[in-house]
Amino acid sequence: MKKISVKLCVGTTCFVMGGGGLLELEEIILEKYGDRVSFVGQSCLDLCSKSAEYAKAPFVKVDDEIIAEATIEKVLETIDNKLGVK
Amino acid sequence: MNNQSQAIHIKKEILVRIIKAFLSDDFIENSRLIPYQMRPKGMVVPYRCCVYKERAIIKDRVIAGLGFPIEEDDETVSLSAYAKQALEREKISEKNLTVLQAACKGCATNKIYVTDLCQGCLARSCYNACKFGAISFVNGKSIIDEAKCKKCKLCVKECPYNAIVKIGVPCEDSCPVGAIKKDETNFASIDYQKCINCGRCISSCPFGAVHERSQIIDVLKAIKAGKKIVAIIAPSIIGQFPGTIYQLKSAMLKAGFSDVYEAALGADITANNEAKEFVERMEEGSPFMTTSCCAGYNQLIKKHLQEITPFVSTTKTPLYYTAQVVKQEIPDALTVFITPCAAKRCEAFENPDVDLVMNYEELGALFIAKKIEILDMEDSGYVKESSKQARNFGYSGGVAEAVKKSLLDETLLKPFVVNGLSKENIAFLRKCVISKSCEGGSNLIEVMCCEGGCIGGNATLNNQKSAKRQIDNFTKDSSEIQKVE
Repeated sequence: MKKISVKLCVGTTCFVMGGGGLLELEEIILEKYGDRVSFVGQSCLDLCSKSAEYAKAPFVKVDDEIIAEATIEKVLETIDNKLGVK
Repeated sequence: MNNQSQAIHIKKEILVRIIKAFLSDDFIENSRLIPYQMRPKGMVVPYRCCVYKERAIIKDRVIAGLGFPIEEDDETVSLSAYAKQALEREKISEKNLTVLQAACKGCATNKIYVTDLCQGCLARSCYNACKFGAISFVNGKSIIDEAKCKKCKLCVKECPYNAIVKIGVPCEDSCPVGAIKKDETNFASIDYQKCINCGRCISSCPFGAVHERSQIIDVLKAIKAGKKIVAIIAPSIIGQFPGTIYQLKSAMLKAGFSDVYEAALGADITANNEAKEFVERMEEGSPFMTTSCCAGYNQLIKKHLQEITPFVSTTKTPLYYTAQVVKQEIPDALTVFITPCAAKRCEAFENPDVDLVMNYEELGALFIAKKIEILDMEDSGYVKESSKQARNFGYSGGVAEAVKKSLLDETLLKPFVVNGLSKENIAFLRKCVISKSCEGGSNLIEVMCCEGGCIGGNATLNNQKSAKRQIDNFTKDSSEIQKVE
């Protein structure tokens, strides 16, 4: 099964809008999924600059799926869905 | 406080929009349009009954973001008029909190309540526990007469089914001095005689009803007018933004500040002075000394705990010393303190060397509005590299440690940390004053208004665990604090 990629935006806009609390994702994902899921912090994912999209920050990408106003729970739920884990 | 909630998110979005409006060609009109841009025609609204209610609440939040008190608004004044007033004002008000009372409607009053879990049992422990005759029975189930209930919570404790609950009002419950209360109309209001500006109510309200009256317009006006505006960043800022504090400085210079100083510069002075004072007091036979750098604690002393004054250090705060240095080195500078703390606005109001205060949310909103990416910045240096202990002032235990490390004989100091103000902790401090001693023979009491210290302040951008880790990671390479003779 192909590795699922998780990209957390660590840019300023996402950080200010709540991204600080998402930094723990790296450890959580490693512990929960091992090498089924890859994680990278990236600056920036360029999802905030169009019109008023900063209002939907912080952003996380799971494969091609964009999670707006991301929380740890939302990200884990998305990964679980992709892995087929209920 | 962990600031991931929706209420905080909306507040930040509004700050960005206010700043963008200011930077646009038509501040007056664009301010007026903010509620409509956030909740356009036909939008299905996420939180309240209808789009009109949401716009009204957003309007109130913009009023606070422009620096005005929401309670004094009579609803007929347009945001354009407020924007114009903000441009014209020349002074900051002394009162710096305001309550969005429309949000209070959704919050029940503080009371003791019998839930559906009541089994109508034979034992009736609740009835037996109540000393005020407030409990009676209807259809076999307990009910409480609110007029007689004294909220002693004995029935809550006694019920074997945990069927009786205390319905909390988060702002009231979080306030250590009883300054914020819901009145008979069910709206919360702040008694400024009692309020110590600690900001705990801001963090605790699930509706985000309590606001700081922002000075962001005053800062932006000064930058636009080409004034020399020097920012002083609190030690707790490390870990609140991405990148290093050197990159942060470059980002702030790009945003319009003329220079940036670390308040840690003053913290080194505070720790050293406090250490000297500590030695003197111990030699004079004083049982203990408390720190004096927490602004909320200083307000507490002034309004509620004057009796502790003989034990409080007379050393000034890091902000005081840093602002003094800035005004000496750059005489025509306007100083802006960047902090997560609402109480610092009081300290700034009382200190002519500190002109304005911005919190981390407001600074973050400024970066977003100006599309400044800190991670793309080169490093900018600081005039002086502060010590590890000075840079650690931002978390509980940091100040006590800095004072200790300043001493030649570190064993002299036995610290006690009051980690967050509450009714219990205030009672504890009173007891120390009366008994003229601190438990365990501690002789240096560090008092922090917020749990965790400044990294627990109401306007932080990161959770405490992450922030502390970033601070320690950075400061492990900073120099040790100088010892005092």
